[in-house]
Order: sequence, then C-alpha cells, then structure tokens
Amino acid sequence: MEGLTLSEAEQRYYCDLFSYCDTESTKKVASNGRVLELFRAAQLPNDVVMQIMELCGATRLGYFGRSQFYIALKLVAVAQSGLPLRVESLNTVKDLPLPRFVVSKNEQESRHTALYSSDADNPASYSGVIPPPPGRIQVKKGSVSHDAVQQRTSTDQQESTSPVVSPQQSPPTSPHTWRKHSRHPSGGNNERPLAGPGPFWAPFSEAQPGSSTSSDPIWSGHSPPPHQENWVSFADTPPTSALLAMHPASVQDQTTVRTVASATTTNEIRRQSSSYDDPWKITDEQRQYYVNQFKTIQPDLNGFIPGSAAKEFFTKSKLPILELSHIWELSDFDKDGALTLDEFCAAFHLVVARKNGYDLPEKLPESLMPKLIDLEDSTVGEQTGEVGYSSSPAEAPPSKSPSMPSLNQTWPELNQSSEDTAIVHPVPIRMTPSKIHMQEMELKRTGSDHANPTSPLLVKPPDLPEENKMSSSVKFTAGNTVTDGYSSSDSYASDPEQIGSTVTRQRSHSGTSPDNTAPPPPPPRPHPSHSRSSSLDMNRSFSVTPGQQQAGVVAYPPAVPPRPQPSQGAGPHVHRPVDAEGLIAHTSTSPQQIPEQPNFADFSQFEAFAVSGVNKEEEDEIETHSEVLQVEKPSDSASSLRVAKADGRVEDKAPANVPTSAGKGTTPLAPPPKPIRRRLKSEDELRPEAEEHTQKTGVIAAVLASQPSIPRSVGKDKKAIQASIRRNKETNTVLARLNSELQQQLKDVLEERISLEVQLEQLRPFSHL
Amino acid sequence: VLVSIISSPPQNYPLYIRSVPTENELKFHYTVHTSLDVVDEKISAMGKALVDQRELYLGLLYPTEDYKVYGYVTNSKVKFVMVVDSSNTALRDNEIRSMFRKLHNSYTDIMCNPFYNPGDRIHSRAFDNMVNSMMMQVC
Repeated sequence: MEGLTLSEAEQRYYCDLFSYCDTESTKKVASNGRVLELFRAAQLPNDVVMQIMELCGATRLGYFGRSQFYIALKLVAVAQSGLPLRVESLNTVKDLPLPRFVVSKNEQESRHTALYSSDADNPASYSGVIPPPPGRIQVKKGSVSHDAVQQRTSTDQQESTSPVVSPQQSPPTSPHTWRKHSRHPSGGNNERPLAGPGPFWAPFSEAQPGSSTSSDPIWSGHSPPPHQENWVSFADTPPTSALLAMHPASVQDQTTVRTVASATTTNEIRRQSSSYDDPWKITDEQRQYYVNQFKTIQPDLNGFIPGSAAKEFFTKSKLPILELSHIWELSDFDKDGALTLDEFCAAFHLVVARKNGYDLPEKLPESLMPKLIDLEDSTVGEQTGEVGYSSSPAEAPPSKSPSMPSLNQTWPELNQSSEDTAIVHPVPIRMTPSKIHMQEMELKRTGSDHANPTSPLLVKPPDLPEENKMSSSVKFTAGNTVTDGYSSSDSYASDPEQIGSTVTRQRSHSGTSPDNTAPPPPPPRPHPSHSRSSSLDMNRSFSVTPGQQQAGVVAYPPAVPPRPQPSQGAGPHVHRPVDAEGLIAHTSTSPQQIPEQPNFADFSQFEAFAVSGVNKEEEDEIETHSEVLQVEKPSDSASSLRVAKADGRVEDKAPANVPTSAGKGTTPLAPPPKPIRRRLKSEDELRPEAEEHTQKTGVIAAVLASQPSIPRSVGKDKKAIQASIRRNKETNTVLARLNSELQQQLKDVLEERISLEVQLEQLRPFSHL
Repeated sequence: VLVSIISSPPQNYPLYIRSVPTENELKFHYTVHTSLDVVDEKISAMGKALVDQRELYLGLLYPTEDYKVYGYVTNSKVKFVMVVDSSNTALRDNEIRSMFRKLHNSYTDIMCNPFYNPGDRIHSRAFDNMVNSMMMQVC
C-alpha cells in the first residue's frame, strides 16, 4: 500500500479504532469480529467494503495489520464522502471527514439510533462504539456536533443541560461525585459511550471558543447531573479508548476542560481532561486531587492503602460492589491487596469514569498502569503515555509471583543470565585494607579485562547492583575467588563480561575498601563462611581440572584478597591459572600479590603464580616468602595447597576449608563455584588478617619467588611494576578461561541435578497414593 | 472441559463453574458434585496438613469412559475440580498441574480484592478471562 498520511485527528481516531478492534492486542486484527462490525457500522454497501478490504491489502494478508487497518479506515471515509475508492485517494483527498461508524453496541445502538437522527452534523450519533469522529470534527468546526451529542446524552440522562463542561456546574468537591453516581447507574453506560466524549470535550476545547458556549448547554445534558460534581465531566469520556475515538475533539476538550476546570474545580477538570486522546489519561488536576485523597487515607505517599480502607473509600462512591470489585482487579496491579499511590489514582480514575458513565475497560489502560520496573507492553499505542505514573516498584514488590510474572522473572533471569554467562558480577573490589593495593590491582586488571569472572561468586547479578556498594568482605571473597589471588579488587571487577557497569564499578572501587560493592557472591553460594574452605575447594576443583597443577592455585583465586598490605598491589593473578600451563606462566607473570592473606599461601604454592605482582609485596613478604617457598614447595598439588592454606590460613579457616575442599573433590564441577566464593569471603576476611599470616605471605612470596622475583618493595621501579602487571594480566586471562570452563561445568551439573529433582518430584506423588 | 471451584466445607457449594462446551453442562455439574466425595476421601487419607504444594494437587480423581476428573485442594479447603475429555489424551499431568496452579493464583488474586467476600460467587471478569483462555488451550 502506498504510504498513508493522516492528520492528527485521524491518527488518533484510527488509533482508537484499532485498539478497539484489536481485542487481543496482537497488533493485528483478524478480519472478523469487531472489524467486520466496524465496517458494517460504516453503512457502506458490501461490495464497497470488500473493495476496501482488498485495497488495503487485508485480503492479501489475511488480517488487518495496523497500516492496513488505517488504510481501510481512510478508505471508509473516502467512500462515505462519496468519492471513488482509489488507492491514490488515500493521500490526495484532503480534509476528509473521519469515517463514521454506526454504533455497534447494542445498548448504544438503541440510544444512538435515537440520537442518530441522521443529523448531518450529528456524527455523534455513533453510538458509543465509535465516538463520533465526525462529531468531533464538527466540534472542531463548530460545536454543532455537540448538539447531536448532547441529544444523545440528554436522552439518557435527562439531565439538564448543565454544561458538561462542568465549569458551569459547580463542581462541588469531589465527594460529590459520589452523589452523581446515583445518576449514572443506568445512564452511564449507555449514554456515555463515547459519543460524548468528543462533543463533550468540544465545548471545553478552547479551540472552539464559540462552540463552547453553545456546547455547554448541550453538554450539560450530557454530563449527568449538571450539578454534577466534577466527576460528571467524566461521563462523556468513553471509558475505552476504542470508544472514544474522538481524539481530536477530546484533545481540545481537554484543554478547554482544563481551563474550565480551573474555573470550577480542579476535580472537574480532572475528569474531563481524562479524555480523549487517551481517554484514560489522568490530567494533572485530577491527579492532584487523587493524591490529596490518597493523603487523607494514607499520609505517606509511598505507602500503601490497605484493602479494607480502600474498600470503604470506594464504597462511598455508591458504585455496585461488582463494579468496584472489577475496578479493584484492574487497578491493583501487583495484586497485593493494597493500593499504592499509582494504583489508587488508577482506581479513583476508573471510579470517576464509571460514575460518569463510562464503561470499565477489560484491561487496565496503559495510561493508568503503574510503571513497574519490568513491566512491558503497555504500549498500546495510541495512548499518550501514562500520566505521571512513576514506576511503582515499591508497590509491586515481587511478592506475588503469579501476578507479577514480569517482575519476578526479572530476578531469576538476572541470576540465570549471570550464571549462564559464567561471569560473575563484578566482584566487588576487595576490601583490602590498602587502597593503594587496590588501585594497583586495578591497574593490572584493566589490561586483562577481568578474565576472572570469579564465576560463581560473581554470578550474582542481581545482587550486584546493590551489593557492589556493599563493602562486605563477602563480596570480596567472591571477587577474590575470581581473581584468585588477585588480591586487589580489580580481579573482582573482572566480571566485565557480565556486567560492564559492574565492572566499572569494581574498578573504581578497587581503590576503596568500602567498594567492596562488588556483587555479592551469588546467593546460593555460602559466602561468608569459610574462607579456607572455599579456597580449599578451589584447589580441589582446580586440581580436578586437568593439568592444573596449581589446583591449589585455582582454589585460591578468590582468596587472593587484596593484599592487606598496601604494597600488595599485585593482583591475585596468581590464583587461578586456569590451565596448569597457563598457571605456570601466569604465576610467573601474574603479580602475585600475595598479601599476607592465607590464600596467598596457597598461591604461593603455585609456582606458576609466581606472582610477579609481588612487587608490591613488602619486605615482610619477602621474608615470609622464603618461608613460604619452603612451604609451598612440598605442596604443589592441590593437597599441598590445602596444606599451605591451612598453614597460611587462619586456623579457623583451615578447618572449614579442608572439609569443604574434601567435599568438593568429589564433585569437581559443582562445588567449584561455591568454594570459590567462600574463599573469596574468607579471603576477604583473611585479608585483614593476612598481614598476620606471614606464612601466607611466605607462600606467596615463594610463588612469587618462582617468578622473577620482583622486588616487592614498593620502591620497585615502574618497570618491575609493569612487568608484574603484565604477568598478572596473563594470569588473569588464564584464570578467566578456567573460570569460564568451570562455570560451564557447573551449569551442566546443575542441569543434571535439576532434571533429577524433577524426576524425583514426579515420582513423589505416587508415594502418596 | 469444565472448571469449577467449590467452596470450603461444610457448605461445599460451587463458587464458580465454567465449562467450555456448554452443552451437557448439567451433566458436568453433577460430575463435579459426585467428585467431591472422592476429594474428601483423598483429603482425609492424606491426614497431615496439606502444606506441601504437591499435596494440594490431588491428581486424577477418577476416570469415566468419557472424561477424567482432576482435583486440587487449597490450604483453606477450597476445592478446584476440573473435568476434561478423555479423548484429550494430549493433556499430561504436568499440564493439569500448571492449570491448577494458575487457577490457584487467580483465586488468590480474587481473594486479595477487598470487595470480594469469601464465600461469594466469583464474578470477576479477569478470572473469567483467565479461565476461558486456559480452557481454550485445552480444547
């Protein structure tokens, strides 16, 4: 189809109609049901309708997409105005009146037919189904249509023609609205339907200054009780957008309404403004009113209104309980039995609309939806968007999983993704006591790009954001594990893969101990516990990995807490050389920060880790280094690592680690993540103590020693530092690779476990019988 | 296929009954009524508190030549009964479970509505839509 250019009014009108027809919100309308009704309502001969459908391409496609639908509507307008149906006429015909559709709604029909006195300018007769666009047009032009509309409304309402606009009506304060309700019960649905809105608004619209006056009287008829309270104005706005196709008019109305409202009462304005362009949009005045009402019930705007209080409040509106129940269902978005501010406004808005005669929608209109974090799809399209609905995450805590699937899913998805990516969230920078150290680590890391997604630890994506800020030691451990020895927080930050932002965070944090914001270790993994155990596990897991000579080293990865000593800057690098070869290489290169931490002791065992990063090491490290060397020598294997760890570690850690590591040995893959995390944690904890553990440092030192010993002294020149940085980076990459491999293995194992559990569950019911 | 929600004992009256092929509806009503006995039997057999989700699902209550009846009971002894065609062999147990779960979730949503008094008939449109869509999937 050729391109279609629509005027703004047409655009809105078509949008409404499309939404009306798109009952399943699939953005395409099958050529049945409402579409056919619509076309029948257009009162065109069948062959014309067929021709239209053919022209717009629906027959070719089998359904009406949005563009086809619009084209069809335009062609209907063309046909209704008597012009020949041609594709070219789509864009060439100017000032085409909006297509007119006779109402299809039953009740509306009756009403409308009455109204449909075939006034020429009474397009409004469209019975509620389709807000008389023409009316609108007319309205725009001159409010004549209002008359037509008015008539309609008057039939139903028999109200005095109090200007709908409500400005005239002295909209009493909102509570009056409830009064109105009595009027509405019957009329609401019937009349209002939509024809009203357009014309209704028209009077208000400033666009038609003249009409407003004339329309007012007419409108008054519409609006249910002339005295109506502000709510009355709602009456005309058709509750459903589909009905309210009267956009153009409504738009204007809204503006006028607003102005009027100001004259009369904010309430009124609010109501009226809720019109058309988005029939359900809440105007500012309305919203303000709602907020005030909310405050009377619940002074805290961020709090909830309990269901019972809301029930009392809305019962005052004298709507039938069934309708109130439906309104509640629509507006209580998170299904928690309480109303947040947004939900309350939506509910109030719906009540007002209902009192004004608008039918309640089946689904909550987009503009009334509270903005939830993960909510989507509110798009409906034409809605101009929510009126000030801020996301209401607060209201929608993922408490009700069923109701808020989207919300709930986000979290699991996050976790899922994190796990899948095997990338740990940026591990919070270690909380090394020495910021300098951290910074150094960061430097080193930057190059390697966090290969070490400490995997299991880092995997906690969801936690990351919040936890990054947390400077808990746990975090570090998580990060540490990854870094294996990257004592510096940098390693943690290595989750770059997963969360780039987190990574950045980590980096920045590295310098600061409080930065441990690194993503908290994945929840499942028991972090806080045993630093040792985790490291041990790590060792074990790594030992499982082929060739990792440094199984122990692997284990460490997390442990390498930032060196307690400021000098440490060397990254944990050592840790975790994923491949034995790599390890070795890394160890040599990776700046082993071997902070006093016990983990380092383990690392030191990894000759490979001979961390170059040791450069940071301080003198004491050197000393311990020698000791460590001795220690580590014997412990090349994972077990040795453990031993070393035990030595190096704090006693408390050791026991924990040992058992865990032992356990881990059996399941190489599964546990790895856990151990890592624990290690990290422990590492973190250890870090502060690391300083005391000369052994560790010794180990580390030993490891480092294997590498071209870089003068730990801080005073090393830049070259040494850079060299160690390079080494650390290499180690980083190796460890990262190892990490990813382990993650993959972990995932596989978890999948198996899940399948087994499922099988178990399936078998379980039989046990009951 | 038919879905019904029976209130808690001792009243045991239906809070909601909806069937998709509307013919023979009365027969389904009767089936549901008779299946209540089976449900009670299963509940008493279980004995312990039905806290476990799995226990809430009673499974196939009894099959007849034309249809199968599945039961589900909530912690508050509100029973959900579903009658499906036997010819619908594609319907697996897991699907029935998920359907009951959805029903249960929607039922709790209704409960959260302050305007709903427990023990009333269920007139919620949202609930109707959910049930309809669910039944459409089955048929």
